[in-house]
Amino acid sequence: MLSQGPLRVDGLFAAPVSFPGLLDSIPLGVAVVDAGGRVVFINRFLEGLTGFECKDVISIPCAYVLRSNICIEGCPVRSRRPISEPLVVEGDIINRERQKIPVRITFAPIVDLDGKAVGTLEAVQDIRMLSRLNGKSGPPFGFGQIIGRSPQMERIYEVLPVIAQSDSSVLLTGETGSGKDFVAELIHQASPRAKDPFIKVNCGALPETLLESELFGHQKGAFTGAIENKPGRFRLAHNGTLYLTEIGDLPLSLQVKLLTFFDDRVVFPLGSTKGFHVDVRVIAATHRNLEQMVREGRFREDLLFRLNVVRLRLPPLRERGDDVQLLLNRFLQDYAAKLKKPIKGFSAKALRILLDYSYPGNVRELRNIVEYGLTICQEDQIQPQHLPAYLTDPKAREPEVAAAESAEPTVTLVHRASGDDGMDWSALERKMILEAMLKAKGRRGKAAAILGWGRSTLWRKMKQYGIDE
Amino acid sequence: MGNKTLICLYGDDIAPRFDLTTEVLIVSFGADGGIEEERNLVLPQASPEKLCHMILTEDVKTVVCGGIEEEYFQYLTWKRVRVLDSVIGPHGRVLERLASGSLAAGEILWKPR
Repeated sequence: MLSQGPLRVDGLFAAPVSFPGLLDSIPLGVAVVDAGGRVVFINRFLEGLTGFECKDVISIPCAYVLRSNICIEGCPVRSRRPISEPLVVEGDIINRERQKIPVRITFAPIVDLDGKAVGTLEAVQDIRMLSRLNGKSGPPFGFGQIIGRSPQMERIYEVLPVIAQSDSSVLLTGETGSGKDFVAELIHQASPRAKDPFIKVNCGALPETLLESELFGHQKGAFTGAIENKPGRFRLAHNGTLYLTEIGDLPLSLQVKLLTFFDDRVVFPLGSTKGFHVDVRVIAATHRNLEQMVREGRFREDLLFRLNVVRLRLPPLRERGDDVQLLLNRFLQDYAAKLKKPIKGFSAKALRILLDYSYPGNVRELRNIVEYGLTICQEDQIQPQHLPAYLTDPKAREPEVAAAESAEPTVTLVHRASGDDGMDWSALERKMILEAMLKAKGRRGKAAAILGWGRSTLWRKMKQYGIDE
Repeated sequence: MGNKTLICLYGDDIAPRFDLTTEVLIVSFGADGGIEEERNLVLPQASPEKLCHMILTEDVKTVVCGGIEEEYFQYLTWKRVRVLDSVIGPHGRVLERLASGSLAAGEILWKPR
């Protein structure tokens, strides 16, 4: 019934039907592999789940495409005893977006008319939602896997379920490492679209021409090298969520095309006159100031209005107060279990350093620091010497302070006003503190705010430079 | 010693998963792109944490693998290790591409056998 050439099925209906079209309409990842375990076809849903395109992976062993632990630890397709009945196995896959996704794979034999096994049909079900419902719903002081007790985070927990249930476009803003990707996926998982694909596109990662084809797809022959039709990420995300990260890096020409999509919900692949209606929820994220980019003419105001239906600002870690300690303990617990190390906690000195640090890289940086400390530490407590050098060595810390200055214009003013190019850092820092104290009329709290530091950091530095005597 | 590269292996091919890798090839390339040293290591068990630790202690500059979780990718990148992930193909072809400096993440170098 399946014909050669363009894959089609004859005999089921009055006219032949497209085999890829048939499998593409199934809301489940499907791979057809031959007797040797090599890919013959993968449907659109599996393309979305794995990040691989069907045309690129034909005749490649499916273990390299699915990248499931089942493939490596005991693949039923390549076992000595071929399967005769459908077999259901749970495991996980790692997709091209570097996400580990729990899946349930059903392996069903494909036999020819004589009953001889010619291949296997693999149906891949994304069971992230089920895994989360099975008692892994996260701590009481959080939403999903996001944790924090600060008032800023409490406000986010309140609005997240409401945002998830709405179908509006969402704009996530926040510094790098503040958890935008995490929140975007949580919104999708808690939304009615959870069973459909969540497709992430990094708008800053690809050159303009490639990005256009990646987002909107292309028609065969649209340009040199376009040897097949490509559906594009918008169509892959049909009925699901499209997450556009680094939207501030989207070129102006594509901003216009995105705007057109928001107006009529139709995508036109490159080189095609035929449009496709797509039902997609768009979540966009950026660490840039889009309003400023609009003023500078680098971002379209009308696109900002369309994205800005629901806006959520994720606070930087330095504004989250006691959450730093909560996150330190949480990551310590997680990595100690993962690395199988009997580490009880941080020493008082190490904890002081960690609490005083401003974390320009936010939660991601904090997590990396904890992991580094745990990897290096051979004792039962993490000591200052187990922390990255830039935390304990003031010289190595200069770039961090410079980064903090760029985020805090008042500090930059103090710095620039000094005009002492020949000064070393300690002298300059001492002068900055004195100027801030003068500006704050001796009030340490206000001086700390001017400098963008915590009160304790200011106190420690004043002591270090002998200013408090 | 030139650019030290660690390649995650699964038989003759690039391992599909970094976290499940049990065999690695450590190669040092000279300035002319030629291989100066080549070592094959079989790991006692698959452990992404131990593999990361080995990458750092061996002073590896580039890692070639298939699928890798974001946290290990970020960690290695943070430690200034270049990670070329989602590479599919036999390690021989990967070595050729590494020697010519033309290997990129996401490359599919598979040829049907």
